[in-house]
Amino acid sequence: MSDLPSSVLYLDGINVSFDGFKALNNLSLYIEPGEMRAIIGPNGAGKTTMMDVITGKTKPDSGEVYFDGAVNLAKLDEADIAQLGIGRKFQKPTVFESQTVADNLQLALSGVRGVFETFLWSASSKDKARIEELLEIIRLTHLRDRMAASLSHGQKQWLEIGMLLAQDPKVLLVDEPVAGMTDSETVETSRLLREIAENHSVIVVEHDMSFVRDLDVKVTVLAEGSVLAEGSLDSVSADERVIESYLGR
Amino acid sequence: MITRLLLRSLDRGSYWFLGALALIALLVPALHLLLPPESALHVPGYAVALMGKYLCYGLLALSVDLVWGYCGILSLGHGAFFALGGYAMGMYLMRQIGDRGVYANPELPDFMVFLNWSELPWYWYGFDSFAFALAMVIIVPGILAFVFGWLAFRSRVTGVYLSIITQALTYALMLAFFRNEMGFGGNNGLTDFKDILGFSLQSDTTRTTLFAASAIAVGLGYILCRLITRSRAGMVLTAIRDAESRTRFLGYRVEHYKLMVFVVSACLAGIAGALYVPQVGIINPGEFAPANSIEIVIAVAVGGRGTLIGAVLGAVLISYAKTWFTGELPELWLFALGGLFVAVTLFLPKGLAGFVLQRWQALADRKAQPGPSQTATNEGAAQ
Repeated sequence: MSDLPSSVLYLDGINVSFDGFKALNNLSLYIEPGEMRAIIGPNGAGKTTMMDVITGKTKPDSGEVYFDGAVNLAKLDEADIAQLGIGRKFQKPTVFESQTVADNLQLALSGVRGVFETFLWSASSKDKARIEELLEIIRLTHLRDRMAASLSHGQKQWLEIGMLLAQDPKVLLVDEPVAGMTDSETVETSRLLREIAENHSVIVVEHDMSFVRDLDVKVTVLAEGSVLAEGSLDSVSADERVIESYLGR
Repeated sequence: MITRLLLRSLDRGSYWFLGALALIALLVPALHLLLPPESALHVPGYAVALMGKYLCYGLLALSVDLVWGYCGILSLGHGAFFALGGYAMGMYLMRQIGDRGVYANPELPDFMVFLNWSELPWYWYGFDSFAFALAMVIIVPGILAFVFGWLAFRSRVTGVYLSIITQALTYALMLAFFRNEMGFGGNNGLTDFKDILGFSLQSDTTRTTLFAASAIAVGLGYILCRLITRSRAGMVLTAIRDAESRTRFLGYRVEHYKLMVFVVSACLAGIAGALYVPQVGIINPGEFAPANSIEIVIAVAVGGRGTLIGAVLGAVLISYAKTWFTGELPELWLFALGGLFVAVTLFLPKGLAGFVLQRWQALADRKAQPGPSQTATNEGAAQ
């Protein structure tokens, strides 16, 4: 427990199984405040399940998940955890298609979440300024009144990242942000993520090795539900076990 | 504060719609009361009651559109809330009969005398008061929706499973109300009403007042729905409809939103039922029939879900078509209804209102910028 005070996220000995299949097997992971961490691993390594556990979608069978050193996440549900300041971006871009880009950001804006508060809510000038600022950061200002459904795949990904920022979270979980993106979109996304990492803790799950190299951060390799190796990309990619798990034995 | 919320919620279409409602609320009674029966423009009494009935279905459709069109909760049991509101009103009307019933019992409605009951069951207490009955019209459907919604939404029952449970709910209530021992008149339901607040239900003025009240109720219900759907809470509802888990990960407690909108919708349906009963003169367990609930869902789909106005128009249209078909070609009605539903789903996925809005938008866009197609042809000509 000595790691607790300094970790923004503390996962220790997490086990999750679905119908006998062990998705997470004694997984332990510590994320420092302000750290950006890349998580890689072959398909079925448990990356998405790990995110599900952190965000409250899946309850661990055993093990501890602590946020900010004191809050036991295993006892809370998705809405509570999101309100604590853990934001999540899905693998498939999920934005509210039938609402405008600006409205998407407005919905994500931190602050009111209750039914009656939102019923009476109207945007203050501060809220409006914040939305404009976010539109600027994700470079979608010119599309602010477009329906989110009409955005390109890459733009949807950025909008979703913008929504995460609007939530003003302490930790961002980002699942495969560059899957399906063009090269120039990938470059833009890595710029965006590095900008965000300046004042947030970020966990990025990614398959694209060149993108991970581009991020230039500490890498954790997952395989069969537990941590296989940790360190710089160069050191883990030299690791025998990592090569083995990626190539099969 | 309230004016600010109202101004934010209503657009030009709303003012047109509310204006049209106000117009018919005045015009239909005037044409009925002021013109002599020989006049070509005279609206006969049966037509006033019929149109009042259509408006009640319009309000029910509004309530279905609020949950289905905006929050994606497809309730196939909204007829249950409608019927419960209707029964609450019917109980008041039964108590008003007093000793003018066949058995001339001042306390007990005829069917209870017939069953050899000696005193009024406890749940009939208070229904001699109009105010109490009105409160029950809203509270009973509201409480049922709250309990049902609390259990269903908390366990995250969604989609087709939720639809099936709502269907089972209304079916179960129908079977229960068919039983004589329930004390709601069994098979025959509640009927033979005499008067409401001391005014005879057969009189022209009562009939026109009920019609106007129905039109006002549709207008107020519409404003309430707009207030909800145009607020940030309404945006959250739409967000839940389109991407429920995303909304949850933004920190919204999805089940609370669903519960709120479901309860509000059930109360609206209850009010619709309460206005319906004095105008048709009877309420029986048949109103709980799943087919009724499905019919209103089809009406919303035809009118255009998520448009509110479309839902009301759809309900009026479908009810009118039903009146016509059951008069002229009764055996074809269900085929016509089914065919219409299939046709709308295939060709007008956003319903009639959605289709009109799309056309309108396209026209406005063309006016706003003198056509990209036009400039393209000009460029082509220049080359």
